[in-house]
Amino acid sequence: MEPIVIAKNLTKSYTKGLRALDNVSLTVDRGKVLVVMGPSGSGKSTLIRTFNGLETFDKGELNILGIRVDSSHDEKRIQKIRKRVGMVFQQFNLFPHLSILENITLAPVHVQKRRQAEADEYGMYLLSQMGIDSHAYKYPSQLSGGEQQRVAIARALALKPELLLFDEPTSALDPERINEVLDAIRKLAEQGMTMVVVTHEISFAKDVSDQVLFMDSGKVIETSHPDIFFSNAKHERSRKFLNQLDKH
Amino acid sequence: MKINQKIFLQLGIFIIFFGLMGILINNLTVNLARTGIGFNFSWLFKPASFALAEHPLPFTSSDSYAWALFIGWLNSLKVIVSSLILATLLGALIGFARAGKNSLLGFISAAYITIIRQTPLLLQLMFWYFVGFLGLKDNMFIQLKNIFSVSNQGIEFSGLTFSSEFLALLLGLSIFTSAFIAEVIRGGILSVSRGQWEAFRSLGLSERKGFIRIILPQALPAIIPGLTSQYLNLAKNSTLAIAVGYSDIYAINDTIINQTGRAIECFIVLLVSFLLLNLLITNTMEIFNKLILKSRKYS
Ligand SMILES: Nc1ncnc2c1ncn2[C@@H]1O[C@H](COP(=O)(O)OP(=O)(O)O)[C@@H](O)[C@H]1O
Ligand SMILES: [Mg+2]
Repeated sequence: MEPIVIAKNLTKSYTKGLRALDNVSLTVDRGKVLVVMGPSGSGKSTLIRTFNGLETFDKGELNILGIRVDSSHDEKRIQKIRKRVGMVFQQFNLFPHLSILENITLAPVHVQKRRQAEADEYGMYLLSQMGIDSHAYKYPSQLSGGEQQRVAIARALALKPELLLFDEPTSALDPERINEVLDAIRKLAEQGMTMVVVTHEISFAKDVSDQVLFMDSGKVIETSHPDIFFSNAKHERSRKFLNQLDKH
Repeated sequence: MKINQKIFLQLGIFIIFFGLMGILINNLTVNLARTGIGFNFSWLFKPASFALAEHPLPFTSSDSYAWALFIGWLNSLKVIVSSLILATLLGALIGFARAGKNSLLGFISAAYITIIRQTPLLLQLMFWYFVGFLGLKDNMFIQLKNIFSVSNQGIEFSGLTFSSEFLALLLGLSIFTSAFIAEVIRGGILSVSRGQWEAFRSLGLSERKGFIRIILPQALPAIIPGLTSQYLNLAKNSTLAIAVGYSDIYAINDTIINQTGRAIECFIVLLVSFLLLNLLITNTMEIFNKLILKSRKYS
């Protein structure tokens, strides 16, 4: 099996003495889906943001697609990683001044130097995959949250990434809009996309994950197969967390 | 506010304004009648009988006061437009440095902004004039192959000459205004959410490309209004030209008041001149703003 993400002993503090990441180690193999769960403030975002260099770390080592990054945060390597890793944010972060199609073709044209026509064609294909090709010439503010998030997924896919990172992709959505986004991610999982997904959606996590990683206070509490994690988690803290999620 | 409330408010302001104007005009005519000069503009076409050091168009002392005023207006326009451009370039540079990640550049630009904003403009103008230019020797200070020279006479650049009065004013106004523009630009950049930076970075766009294509277009609508008001301030501040002896509209007006005693008429000329200048600035910026908004079909 080919590892896509290897994290070794990642440690990071934003403020002295308070560890956002505390000795985090994990591996994600090609074609696998890792779901990351944990209470708010446990370091989930910080962790996946180190994978594409949006956050630095103080100690430890990362290997993303064979590119090694350490605490010196080499810009050139980070740039290489970013061209092969896509990210989807909780708040969508679409570019409001660009049309939907322009949002998607920006990186292919300006990073990969593809011709605009070629990028447009592939962009339209991705939008139809997401079921939103009729919105191609609208602007983000004209779309619903669920549609915007599907655009964001299409945008992340435009560079044909080998790894996709999702940071709570449905947490900012109205409940009735959540499934359209989860279904799009499920489809990607079926197609064999390697993904790291931070989410609180239990049934979705059960469906897509090959592994569940549970974090608390910057530490990995457990990494388990979903069948085990959701029915019989190894740790008391994991079980407590799942109980609380169920109540909501 | 309801529509009819608004109309009543505006009507009220209108009545008060014209009431006050009426009282002032009445005072004026009574006073003018008493001094016996009367109120007219025919003096405008009499020879000015003074010389002007700086005139972009031909001017001799036998030309009329009106022509002198027009020359002054052109001189004002010249220094305002060139300061405006220089101040914007400088301000953008410092604003970007201030908003950027480099902590040394950030510190230097913060210090620049603080020092410049805390010192009176008049003092800065004096500094540039007396220390910057008149401090130079009267023989050519720097001379490069007869193309570029700097002395206490100013700067000569391949046949174009810029007087030290003009340059001191240009430098003083530009540097002073650039500190304010830098803050306007920094504010505009900070008004764009962090998520936009993260989104373009995660797509592999370089900092430069991301800034130009993603951040700047969203920052501009927040920058333009502040920029316009700084430009208007610059135009008004240009009347400090008199302190360094540059013949702008205000300085020439001053001379004419001394010669003719026509304070009221000159005041009106000055008012109209600045109204024209500021309308020019506001309208140009308005057009610019519309262009940007037109490219922003969203929201
Ligand atoms: N930019 C930041 N500056 C300071 N502290 C931060 C920053 N981002 C996150 N933190 C802190 O780091 C910890 C982990 O945060 P985060 O990774 O966002 O957790 P999660 O995504 O699991 O909610 C929290 O205590 C949070 O307050
Ligand atoms: Mg988070």
